[in-house]
Amino acid sequence: MAESHTGGYIVRMAGLSAGYDGRPVVSDVDMAIRRGEFVGIVGPSGSGKTTLMKVILGSVAVYDGTAEVEGRPVSLHHRPSVGYVPQLETIDWNFPVSVEEVVLMGRSMQSGFWPWPRREDKTEMMRLLDRLGIAQFRRQHIRNLSGGQQQRVFLARALIRNPRLLILDEPTSGVDIKTRDDILHLLVELHREGVTVILSTHELNAVAAHLPRVICINRGIVADGRPSDIFTTEVLRQTYGGDMVVVKQDGMTLVADSPHFFDDAHAHEEPPKVLA
Amino acid sequence: MILLVNLQEPFQFEFFRHALLAATMVGALTGLVGVFVVLRRMSYIGHGMSHSIFGGAVVGYVAGINFYVAAGIWGFLSALLINQTTRKRQIGADAAIGIITTASFALGVALISRASSVTRNFDAALFGNLLGVSTGDLWVIAGVLAFTLFVVFFLYKQILFLTFDSEVAPIYGVPAGWVDAVFSLVLAATIIASIRIMGVTLIAASLVIPPVIARLLTDRFAVMLVLSSLLGAAVAFTGMFISYYFDVASGASIVLLAAAIFALVIGYVTIRNWIRFGRPVGGTGKLTSAESQALFD
Repeated sequence: MAESHTGGYIVRMAGLSAGYDGRPVVSDVDMAIRRGEFVGIVGPSGSGKTTLMKVILGSVAVYDGTAEVEGRPVSLHHRPSVGYVPQLETIDWNFPVSVEEVVLMGRSMQSGFWPWPRREDKTEMMRLLDRLGIAQFRRQHIRNLSGGQQQRVFLARALIRNPRLLILDEPTSGVDIKTRDDILHLLVELHREGVTVILSTHELNAVAAHLPRVICINRGIVADGRPSDIFTTEVLRQTYGGDMVVVKQDGMTLVADSPHFFDDAHAHEEPPKVLA
Repeated sequence: MILLVNLQEPFQFEFFRHALLAATMVGALTGLVGVFVVLRRMSYIGHGMSHSIFGGAVVGYVAGINFYVAAGIWGFLSALLINQTTRKRQIGADAAIGIITTASFALGVALISRASSVTRNFDAALFGNLLGVSTGDLWVIAGVLAFTLFVVFFLYKQILFLTFDSEVAPIYGVPAGWVDAVFSLVLAATIIASIRIMGVTLIAASLVIPPVIARLLTDRFAVMLVLSSLLGAAVAFTGMFISYYFDVASGASIVLLAAAIFALVIGYVTIRNWIRFGRPVGGTGKLTSAESQALFD
């Protein structure tokens, strides 16, 4: 599917500042990702996770510094060939398209002049749908699928391009815990085949369980490293601006909200009366 | 038999034969282009651009420039201006269209009020008219239809991707700026070609109603394109007879017929879904996953 680990960097950013309408969303970003890595980007809403990924995709203006993908500078005028899975919230689920039409969109610039797909595109689509376990839905409207199946459709659209770099924007949002686990295992499998995977997520525990490297950002890079090393109360406070509890047990790193404790003595009392 | 004779009666007039052919082609054209207008949620652009082109047509008339040349240049520039303005985040698309197109329309109205002799001609431009469709007009409409079919055929995959997912399509190499410019050109040409039959004020409806009916009846993009084009052509063809027999403006009769079909179809879909699911569910209503499955099986 993709070239194996060959060493070298696939993404490099140095002193990067980027954003929209002249206003930087992320600043002073120095980051390097090697071929074949599996990296998670975490941070609060509005911290610049999507912006950072869009820099790699070449769809956000770079104001300062440099961004390179596969050794070539990225800009609005030079977009690298990557696979991208957007947030599902951005999809119009009432648009009249079937699963196979969505997947084939990934080849829309490679599949020749005619409006219908080439035989090899259909063969590749079927192979991917089979692999992702959604071949039986290929003629279905995309709205008819579950959240996990929909995520796989857009993953198939990205993979049909045979990308060396796969970028996913919050692939685990809005799905149940089993589906989230399935998606992350699938990504780990792709990573083992040599695909470089970068994803953003709010699921800190999923990142800690599945990903070897995580980057915490809040309009700039706060920390970068193994989840077990950098998921500390201090780093998470700097990233999210709040207190979180980090538990390390049996080789696992777990992040929990700072809890409220209720006094058992008052647990069975009548609720207070509302004064008129 | 009497009905058949009556239906044949208008064919003895060349103006009706021309108008019928023009309207049928215009119906197919607006039905086809309207699919993209509706799915891109640009219905208001169709409405605005027709008003904008009206301004250009008046300017051309006053300056002695050919209608198609003046309206064409004006319409294309308006579309590009709208595209550029809507790229600025501070200005919403609806506001940009409102400003640019109404300003253009106001310019046309101002010029008309200064030259009262042109008022009668522009009544037809506002509401559509059977009369005065020349052979030249037919060639223009046929040319625009052929160009649009060519564009939709050879840019099908790119336009589909861009219409469905305008954020990701450029990332995957679809030249969004270029495809948008071609689409703007097609939309402007469609409106200009349709203006005599449909009238400025009613073109938007012919761009919107057939695709919406088609959307209610199918969940497949390619089928929606074909169905909307056929519906548009059939409604325009029938609407021209209504216009002739009831002596109403052609644009109005076509739009009223389309609206009546829309009411019937939405009624049918609502009742069908009610029977299937035991509760009212619209064409785009939220269903449970089991209901969705059943609806499209």
